[in-house]
Amino acid sequence: MRYAMAVDTKKCVGCSDCVVACQTENNVPIGYCRDWVVEVTDGTYPQLEMEIRSERCNHCANAPCVRCCPTGASHIVEGGIVLVTPTECIGCGACIASCPYDARYPHPKGYVDKCTFCEHRIKNGMSPSCVEVCPTKCLYFGDLDDPNSNVSNVLRLRKYKTLIPEAGTDPQLFFLI
Amino acid sequence: MANRREFIKISLYGAGILAAGAGTYKVIKALSKEEEEEIKKLAIDLKRTPTYCEVCFWKCAGWVYKNPDGSIWKIIGNEDDQNCNGRLCPRGTGGIGMYYDGDRLKTPLIRTEARGKQVFREASWDEALTYISEKMQKIAKEHGPECIALFTHGSGGKYFGDLLKAFGSTNIAAPSYAQCRGPREVGFMATFGEGLESPEPTDIRDTKCLVLIGSHIGENMHNGQVQEMSDAIDKGAVIITVDPRFSTAAGKSKYWLPIKPATDMALLLSWIHIIISEELYDKNYVEKHTYGFDQLKEAVKSYTPEWAYGITTIKPDIIRKTAKEMADASPAVIVHPGRHVTWYGDDTQRSRAIAILNALLGSWGRRGGFFRPETFEMPTYPHPDFPEPVRTWRDAFPGKYVLADLALANGICDATIPVTTRDCSFKGWIVNGTNLIETLPNQKQTIEAIQNLDLLAVVDTMPMEITGWADVILPECTYLERYDSIRTGPARTPQIALRMPAVEPSNNSKPAYWIARQLALKLGLEKYFPHENLEDLLDWQLKETGSSLEEMKRIGVKTFPRSADDLYFSDDEEVEFYTNTGKIELYSTSFLNEGFDPVPTYTAHPEPPEGFYRLIYGRAPMHTFSRTSNNPYLFDLMDENLLWVNPKVAKQWYLKNGQEVFLENQDGVRSQFPIKVRITERIRWDSVYMVHGFGHADKKLSRTYGRGASDAKLITNVMLDPIMGGTGMRGNFVTFILDKAETEVAS
Repeated sequence: MRYAMAVDTKKCVGCSDCVVACQTENNVPIGYCRDWVVEVTDGTYPQLEMEIRSERCNHCANAPCVRCCPTGASHIVEGGIVLVTPTECIGCGACIASCPYDARYPHPKGYVDKCTFCEHRIKNGMSPSCVEVCPTKCLYFGDLDDPNSNVSNVLRLRKYKTLIPEAGTDPQLFFLI
Repeated sequence: MANRREFIKISLYGAGILAAGAGTYKVIKALSKEEEEEIKKLAIDLKRTPTYCEVCFWKCAGWVYKNPDGSIWKIIGNEDDQNCNGRLCPRGTGGIGMYYDGDRLKTPLIRTEARGKQVFREASWDEALTYISEKMQKIAKEHGPECIALFTHGSGGKYFGDLLKAFGSTNIAAPSYAQCRGPREVGFMATFGEGLESPEPTDIRDTKCLVLIGSHIGENMHNGQVQEMSDAIDKGAVIITVDPRFSTAAGKSKYWLPIKPATDMALLLSWIHIIISEELYDKNYVEKHTYGFDQLKEAVKSYTPEWAYGITTIKPDIIRKTAKEMADASPAVIVHPGRHVTWYGDDTQRSRAIAILNALLGSWGRRGGFFRPETFEMPTYPHPDFPEPVRTWRDAFPGKYVLADLALANGICDATIPVTTRDCSFKGWIVNGTNLIETLPNQKQTIEAIQNLDLLAVVDTMPMEITGWADVILPECTYLERYDSIRTGPARTPQIALRMPAVEPSNNSKPAYWIARQLALKLGLEKYFPHENLEDLLDWQLKETGSSLEEMKRIGVKTFPRSADDLYFSDDEEVEFYTNTGKIELYSTSFLNEGFDPVPTYTAHPEPPEGFYRLIYGRAPMHTFSRTSNNPYLFDLMDENLLWVNPKVAKQWYLKNGQEVFLENQDGVRSQFPIKVRITERIRWDSVYMVHGFGHADKKLSRTYGRGASDAKLITNVMLDPIMGGTGMRGNFVTFILDKAETEVAS
């Protein structure tokens, strides 16, 4: 089992519904977020190109945040999901500094918080809330070990990239281009 | 869905067993772990209540889920709903912020000092309603009941509209008409004999070519259309976007035509010219269904792409290529009518040109073009006839705007300012759910009109600029706290949706129906409001349709079969269009009769003077007009608007990214607050762009006050559409004011 997500940059309109759906689903305090939207424009008017990406924790197979955590609060569970146990987290921030994707934030209650791929939902057979809400259906989620999963299918059919591959973290968030 | 509902029913018993105590212990024991999980999940399901969204006009149906403590947890789209297909947009998802916003209006307020200052005292509902009803009666006695007008946008409009009609006035206006989509309704009406309404019957999911003229789907989060555009992208549809700004949609387009602003008509006429002269039109369709082809052909013969190039800056080969793309996709092509189309004053004619193009391509009534929508008609509870009004707003404009099919908000505003040539002016306004100060152009004039009123009553959930001018403010509860009329609306298949309260009204706020009915009681008009509670009326209506309130509470959305017509015209179908000729009018007889050009022509519009830039405004997907900018969730996504400036312009003015500037328009009107510069290649050098709805001047909006600039404040030049009275608002030019100290003194 290897959970992964693919984001179709050709369809994403950057509406940020994924952000607010995550906030309400997971009670993320207002002013913080576990996912966010990036817009990159290249070129000179009128020869322009734009890429819009919904970004979040890359649930890296080689996760620097887990390696550097002094208490073991950051850990990897079945399916490769990177999680933080709030009660074990001392809020030292080493993981925040180590993450090349800036995917973690200090929760006002004193621990570090991040995307969980909505683990509480997927173990009940549901999709992460961002995937379920996206009006453009640009988010694909599933098990990479299952060749028939949504995410396996779309990665087989489409060109894709990962972010900052040179960091060597083996990210599991793919961007269809 | 059926299976799932059945399962809920079964689990209800399960939950009952759990509650029954030790005697049934064995039964509980018998449940597998999986079943227990399901019951836990379903316990959540059981707490959900149906609603349809009120954050924008798309009205997507959804479910409100609550936390165990009774507070609202989240809102999720209803999978059966055609407007959203189970997926709300960020505003719908963030709709709970409307409920949780601490700045909400909490109790009725009555003004204690002259308008201009916000000095109010708290009042009881009875006192506030008595105040309004007495003023209404006084105005009716002195000037006639028709001198009271209603401005509305949203679900409350129905009840306040009925109240006004019962009182003797039909002057009910929504800025969504003459400040937004009115011109296209009239343009399409003149062509196809019917308007587009909302949601528009664009068959985007099956289109092969989608043409957007300044319409920025994806930034305007018209949910169903955004979803279908995404489906169309998946299926490889060609998107052609015409916009001086590199919009999100432009970024997804095969062709982006970075047109010189205000010249769209030249491009449209040139496309029509090519499609006719190169015989790219749908010959059978045109021959069978249209009227006036020869006149059209003659009228557009000089509009060559070379002619259009000099006006639009779009190269002739691109104009030809894109026309060919449309023709190749025909009839599965949509030249999108847009929504906010009040730009330059010739907007009805521009919409006509769009309609003509669609007619030539044979897309109206065809798969991948425009489908034939059907609306479910809810039965009307019998009530006495409304009195015939003595006068209407039209009497203020003799012989003008005959083709406008709805009241003009700007017209009522104009007719509130007394002039010697008119014997009667409006004396009372009731305003529900529309922030007129930010909605109507020319704020100075709106305020002058307000200063001439004997009564301004505002019903809203939030303090807004308009509430600051009110004599009486009535706090309406949000859509999450009330019943409302059953949602109908045009769709592929007729559907209805229920909104019911998920929670009790906060503070001392009340539902719009209750407010309207209490006013009716005070005015002796109770016979028009026989139902004490709206849910009694809903239950009666629903039972008439074969459903019930009980059923709708469970399912939220109900789908009915189409009554007769097919979704598209069939090949041999004789179609009767509701025009004078019974055909699609390429040459408009109704325009001719009213003295307007029967075929659109090109008019050059003013250009920005040296050192000024055309002010273009638009939407952001996470906000609806000026009404959501204080919503805590949506504020979190976007907390101010930025001024988009092309790098060339920035260099000329030594502007830096993030620098705050004030703006001044051609009439010397300055923005009240500074706006931060965003230097970006995504905007032309002759224009600047900002998202509408920021720069709030009401301090009671604690989050959004003073953030960004208001485009509405800078729109003082209005280009009136002579055909239907729409307010063209894209003819305003702004320059940068960099000396902050000087500006602060001036403002």
